[in-house]
Amino acid sequence: MTEQNRETVLRVSTLEAGYTPGVPILRGTDIVVNTGEIVTVLGPNGAGKSTLIKAIAGLVPVFSGSVNLLGKDITGLAPHRMVAAGVGYVPQVNNVFAKLTVEENLEMGAYTRKHGVEERLEATYRLFPDLARLRHHPAGKLSGGQRQMVAFGRALMVEPKLLMLDEPSAGLSPKLVGMVFENVQEVRDSGVTILMVEQNAKAGLMISDRGYVLAEGKEQLEDRADALLKNPEVGELYLGSKGGLL
Amino acid sequence: MIAQYLADGIILGSSIALGAVGLTLTYNILNFANFSHGSLLSWGAYFAWVVVVAFSGVQGGTFGPLSFGWPFVAALVFSGVMTALLALVVDWLVFRILRKSNIQVALVIASFGASLLLRNLIVLVFGPEPQYYSDNIQIAQQILPGVRVTPDQIFVVVLSIVLVVVLHLFLTRTKLGKAMRATADNAALAQVSGINIHAIVRWTWVVGASLAAVAGVFFGLTVQILPDMGFNLVLFLFSAAILGGIGSIYGAILGGLVIGIASDLSVLFFSPAYKPAIAFAIMILVLLVRPSGILGEKAR
Amino acid sequence: MTGLFSYLVFFLILALIYAIMALGLNLQWGYTGLFNIGVVGFFAVGAYTFAILAASPMAGQFGGFNWPFILAIAGALVMSGIIALLVGIPTLRLREDYLAIATIGIAASIQLIANNYGWLTGGPQGIYNIPQPLSNYFSSNLGYNLFFLAMMVVIVGVVYYGLERMVNAPWGRVLMAIREDETAASSVGKNGFSYRLQSFVIGAMLMGLSGALYASFIKYISPTLFMPVLTFQVWAMLIVGGSGSNLGAIVGSVLVWALWTGSGTLVQSILPPGLQVKGGAVQIILIGLVLMLVLLFRPRGIMGERKAIAAERARSKISTG
Repeated sequence: MTEQNRETVLRVSTLEAGYTPGVPILRGTDIVVNTGEIVTVLGPNGAGKSTLIKAIAGLVPVFSGSVNLLGKDITGLAPHRMVAAGVGYVPQVNNVFAKLTVEENLEMGAYTRKHGVEERLEATYRLFPDLARLRHHPAGKLSGGQRQMVAFGRALMVEPKLLMLDEPSAGLSPKLVGMVFENVQEVRDSGVTILMVEQNAKAGLMISDRGYVLAEGKEQLEDRADALLKNPEVGELYLGSKGGLL
Repeated sequence: MIAQYLADGIILGSSIALGAVGLTLTYNILNFANFSHGSLLSWGAYFAWVVVVAFSGVQGGTFGPLSFGWPFVAALVFSGVMTALLALVVDWLVFRILRKSNIQVALVIASFGASLLLRNLIVLVFGPEPQYYSDNIQIAQQILPGVRVTPDQIFVVVLSIVLVVVLHLFLTRTKLGKAMRATADNAALAQVSGINIHAIVRWTWVVGASLAAVAGVFFGLTVQILPDMGFNLVLFLFSAAILGGIGSIYGAILGGLVIGIASDLSVLFFSPAYKPAIAFAIMILVLLVRPSGILGEKAR
Repeated sequence: MTGLFSYLVFFLILALIYAIMALGLNLQWGYTGLFNIGVVGFFAVGAYTFAILAASPMAGQFGGFNWPFILAIAGALVMSGIIALLVGIPTLRLREDYLAIATIGIAASIQLIANNYGWLTGGPQGIYNIPQPLSNYFSSNLGYNLFFLAMMVVIVGVVYYGLERMVNAPWGRVLMAIREDETAASSVGKNGFSYRLQSFVIGAMLMGLSGALYASFIKYISPTLFMPVLTFQVWAMLIVGGSGSNLGAIVGSVLVWALWTGSGTLVQSILPPGLQVKGGAVQIILIGLVLMLVLLFRPRGIMGERKAIAAERARSKISTG
């Protein structure tokens, strides 16, 4: 449900996409993300959550349908053009340049910027003060939580309009998960719209405005996050329990 | 005696190191073993030779004790540019198309075929006889007890060091250099950071091919120019790259020096003709004991 | 007309000799997925072993044991098998492209030994006076060649039949299962490495057989006959015929060999005598171009239909989620 005075940042319409031609993983998905929202996409394994984000980012071939960013059609653009159009993407695994230093990772994030990289670096270090301390360390040698920060920071360097996160809490301890989601909210508060795929449905929904439940390549449910948390269907899909996730 | 072999090994190792750097770059970023890399060395040597021959009537004198003058410098530059162009053409005609089909084996076989084609093209254009950059016979001077080297050989080692330093600065201080390292590290992430992988591939060929060209010229300067030279060096190049760890540029340099020195030291025990077999034996040893190489990462 | 006919016989004999090599490579690559770019090495081992065993003694050189044909062939088979075993044990566990590099190094080392270890191999001069089987019984060259051709047809037939039986037997099915999914195969107790080694050795023995027959037919061998170009030719035969098919290997051999000799004759007739070396280069360039084109437009030829489909299936498996 969109509020009247919000602009649509991302509109995905009847998207069909997959790795092998003729074998679509997404079968006509519709997703909308509005300015300043955090939207979480949930669903069982194999539903196509990661594929959705990768298709938007240009890493997975799109068979039909469209992807619209702030009114501009970006369907099927090469990934490096996506970035220029304003899409940021943090993969689930292998999301840093392990052999480059933290600072070099961030610099690569700003690759499409000709000027103002210094300012963006400073801004990122303000958002993640730990990274300033670690700036000359190779990213691969950092802890899981620190690497996650580098991954976020890299994607934010070019001030994307839309930031897509693929399971940001995966493999992290509960304390770090809390920290990561705090970061996600801070990032949103700084003016970035966020589309998130999460396996940890409860934690994801708790910081989101809205959510989608994806299954078998299509969105099955869409609602405000707090409604989804109480929705017994969602609980069944995930925990086999009646009565919702709360 | 050993000191002399060490010195010879360092000189040979410089050529191998430069060639191996290009090889490891393309191997890592393009994900296939390019057997035609040796041809880039051969063509590099011959491109330079063309310029040297063209200027042979010109009286210019040589740089002090070195066997060459300005024409040779022009030849080096020309060779670098032309070899880079050659690599781009071969990639465009052959490898680019096969990359799309994503059949690894086809790329390797095609590179094997390309190496045969390029080598025979040299025979066709330049003939099979050995060539040299100059008629000047250089006298080896004693620089250390038991070690005699020619001024050309010193030039080769010094320039190799300079090039390595330049390469290091390029990779660590320039945007393009960092982007190349990023792409070698994680190509998908590089793309979503806004890096145009196709451009990076082209630059990889340019850097790798220019270094190979210089390596070929160095080899031609200190030994001789032959159509087979690159082909004969390919085993050394792969050994060096694997020893150093595929993808590690510093590993390739280190590997090149080690292979060069080991090959030259091997004449203490074997006939010099078996040097490639020695390099090969070292490579097998590395693959069995520590496949990721000295400076490589574990488990690709 | 006899000129053309005897040329044809000569041509077919060589094509069939190469076909055996291609069949060996097909077993290694088409059925087992072993990327061997050192084919010429095993060919050389077979040829030299046969020559050393079968030829008459030469001064200052090992060999010249004057063994009868069958025994010398057996010796060549055994030697190729042994070398393949020694080579395979350390290298077959390697990743595909590392195996390729290793096989190139092996072939190069064998060529170095052939060229430099004169006492064993005759060095650059090679070994000559290698006897052809039953050559005394024939008065004319053509007559003998027809006999040799008949012999080749029988040998190729036997090899083909044997290979077809093997790959359709349980042994062959395990091999293909291992190629497609090694972990699943090992879970039912099949030792993948052992099967791959067997395939490698048998394939190498076929290459050695091919080399021995070659030495016997040509009667004289030297290191220049065992250059990497030969490896490329055999791979081309496999690509053109479609790897994974034994019949394809044989057909591909005849086709590619026809292309090779045809272009060789064409080039020689066009170029003046002084340019013979360059003529050889032109021939390789022409063939190389044709083969690269085949590879570019039909890369699946290198995979054989079965493996290509399996590869696609494997790729789509990784994509869930």
